[in-house]
Amino acid sequence: MRFYDALGLEPKLALDSDDLKKRFYDRSRQWHPDRFSRGTSEEKKRSEEMTSMLNDAFRTLRDPVTRAEYFLRESGLELSKDAPPELLEEVFELNMALEELRGGDESARGQLVSAQERFTGMLADADSGLGGLFTSYDGKPDAAVLEQIRATLNRRKYVSNLVRDVEKELNVHSAN
Amino acid sequence: MSTLQIDFGHAKPRIVGIDLGTTNSLVAVMDLTGPRILSGIVPSVVSVTKSGEVIAGAEAREMLITHPERTVYSVKRLMGRGVGDVQDELKLFPFHVVPADAEGSESVLKLQLGDKIMTPPEVSAYILRKLKEDAEDVLGAEVTQAVITVPAYFNDAQRQATKDAGRIAGLEVLRLVNEPTAAALAYGLDKRKEGLVAVYDLGGGTFDISILRLHDGIFEVLATNGDTHLGGDDIDNLLLNIALEDIQSEWGEDVSGNASLVQMLRRAVIQAKEALSFAPAAMIDLEYGPRKYQREIDVELFNRLIEPIVERTLGPCRNCIKDAGITVEQINETVMVGGSTRIPLVRSAVERLFRKRPHTELNPDEVVALGAAVQAGILGGEVEDKLLLDVTPLSLGIETMGGLMSKLIHRNSTIPASETELFTTAVDGQTNVLIHVLQGERELVKDCRSLARFDLKDIDPMIAGMARIQVRFLIDANGILNVTAKDLRTGKEHSMDVKPSYGLTDDQVEAMILESYDKAEEDFKERQIREARVEADAILGAVDKAKEDDAYQALAQEDRTAIDRSINELRLAYHSDDHLLIRDQIEKLNQATMALAEAIMNEAVGKALKGTNIND
Repeated sequence: MRFYDALGLEPKLALDSDDLKKRFYDRSRQWHPDRFSRGTSEEKKRSEEMTSMLNDAFRTLRDPVTRAEYFLRESGLELSKDAPPELLEEVFELNMALEELRGGDESARGQLVSAQERFTGMLADADSGLGGLFTSYDGKPDAAVLEQIRATLNRRKYVSNLVRDVEKELNVHSAN
Repeated sequence: MSTLQIDFGHAKPRIVGIDLGTTNSLVAVMDLTGPRILSGIVPSVVSVTKSGEVIAGAEAREMLITHPERTVYSVKRLMGRGVGDVQDELKLFPFHVVPADAEGSESVLKLQLGDKIMTPPEVSAYILRKLKEDAEDVLGAEVTQAVITVPAYFNDAQRQATKDAGRIAGLEVLRLVNEPTAAALAYGLDKRKEGLVAVYDLGGGTFDISILRLHDGIFEVLATNGDTHLGGDDIDNLLLNIALEDIQSEWGEDVSGNASLVQMLRRAVIQAKEALSFAPAAMIDLEYGPRKYQREIDVELFNRLIEPIVERTLGPCRNCIKDAGITVEQINETVMVGGSTRIPLVRSAVERLFRKRPHTELNPDEVVALGAAVQAGILGGEVEDKLLLDVTPLSLGIETMGGLMSKLIHRNSTIPASETELFTTAVDGQTNVLIHVLQGERELVKDCRSLARFDLKDIDPMIAGMARIQVRFLIDANGILNVTAKDLRTGKEHSMDVKPSYGLTDDQVEAMILESYDKAEEDFKERQIREARVEADAILGAVDKAKEDDAYQALAQEDRTAIDRSINELRLAYHSDDHLLIRDQIEKLNQATMALAEAIMNEAVGKALKGTNIND
């Protein structure tokens, strides 16, 4: 996987963030276009290519979620855009409450605040769950574990969109 | 008249660092001991004289009063912008804008100055040319390469316009550096091995906030935010409007159409504003012919007036902290940059927000140019232990179905940054694909800034969806977009036409350069000769005078002959167009008159020792 290659790493899901940072800084010092301003146009072009790849790689890999998404994509697995079935009922209620608040019904606010807390909690759970799955897959690459990671990421993405929407709506209406 | 030149070992051309500011500009260079300002502040003002000559700097600033309609100031506010963007702004400027042509608001702004028509990059080029000449005078060598600073929040068009200005001035712009980042470099904060630094930069026309992580000589920008239309100019305009209203009620006359008076008044309010940073009250003082206007402004009123402006800087600061993914408590140092940070209300607001006393040790007018010189040193290879990793201030995307913006590179991504996107045809036989590239954070195309339209042309006619053209969007280390396209079916580079929305095309810039660049080289040579002649005049005059001294008669005949021979040779060289030859002959005459100079000096010392005052 080219992002891992750019940082001189084996493709693993669990990465040490300090080590990652150090690799990024060391390689930046070596490859950055500033180091080749008096170089040939060939060298300049190569430096720009390598540095932009390095920057893109670091940006993607330093965050566990974008890293896992990249890892899945490279392994041929795409995230789905559908709502996770286990959340359907909850999302339905949430949308009703959002509608009520938009319509000016302040009594929906309490329900939204508690939903927001619950969803934020789900995000934290997903994140801590990911850590365990990463180590497990790195130790023994098992397609079932990768599938579990994908399900977690799907749910995580969906929930984080919900949190964002609720936050936005609460802010808009508290401003009035 | 010998100048000490510090050579870094080879005859490498020196790269200068330039702060191309809204109000003032400066040029600096990296020496063995550190960055050094090369000459005085150059006001960022350009004027066209009656005879059609273009002048820049202090001289042009005087023309603001005498010929306001053919003089431009604060041109930085117009860089990379369209006619439609700057309508409000233009009301305050004394010069005229050439009305937009049929292309509408998305076209390059043109200014009418006397009988010359100039684009903002051309105007800026004259300021750059002045800085280049000043630097050449001090360094005694031609300057062709530069690092130029830009506000961190400048978009692609504004950056490109700045780079174009450099090219037009005959400068190869090796790097555009963000002003707050340059300031951080100048402060040498890397002595602190690790830490977080916030740079608050409120200049004449722009506001930037950047948060950096320092790590062993690496200056990594985590996030940046700002407003490219917020600065000291806005404060001036507030005061100016008050004074104009006063005058209207006192004199019973609306003088806002009198450009010369308005510029005098502008100067008066700026003086008052600057005084208010140090005094509890200041006077706006205007004398226009027999008429007078005076008004005292105290700090309390001033603060009340400018509070909304100061407040407008705080939102971007909070967003920047959030985007950097840190809390305000984690910030170790705060740095103040830009003339407007001298205002006590600004300082206290920043101190309150960041909860620590900001650094103000370096002159806020000079710190950006000094930082640019450090970056020039990094590029030149003289500074090896430092490295800047900057970010793009705005997200980059393309227009998709339904007028939506699809983001490809997110804001605050470390640059260079890139993304590739695959394009294909939608109908059978389609031979071109249009890509509209945008910058901004909003979802709708109409709320984002249009950068350019790329036309992937000459696609072989085939069934819809068969074409596979991979387009690579790269934001380079200057924060400028580069686009390349590859036909995946043939593996070859795919050609395209580029139409910048608010910028000059390559050909347009090229046409502007050829004119002025040739002239610039000529100018430099002429100046070299002129300076050599001035020096020759000085030494010839001094030798003439020395020949009247008794000490001359006391010289050996052969010494006197040698002096005369050198004088003749210098006079011959004087009218050649080779400044090096003139300088050679000056040096020879210097050598020939060494004994004479010594004798005169001894004589003077002798007189002084005898108690005779040599000044008698």
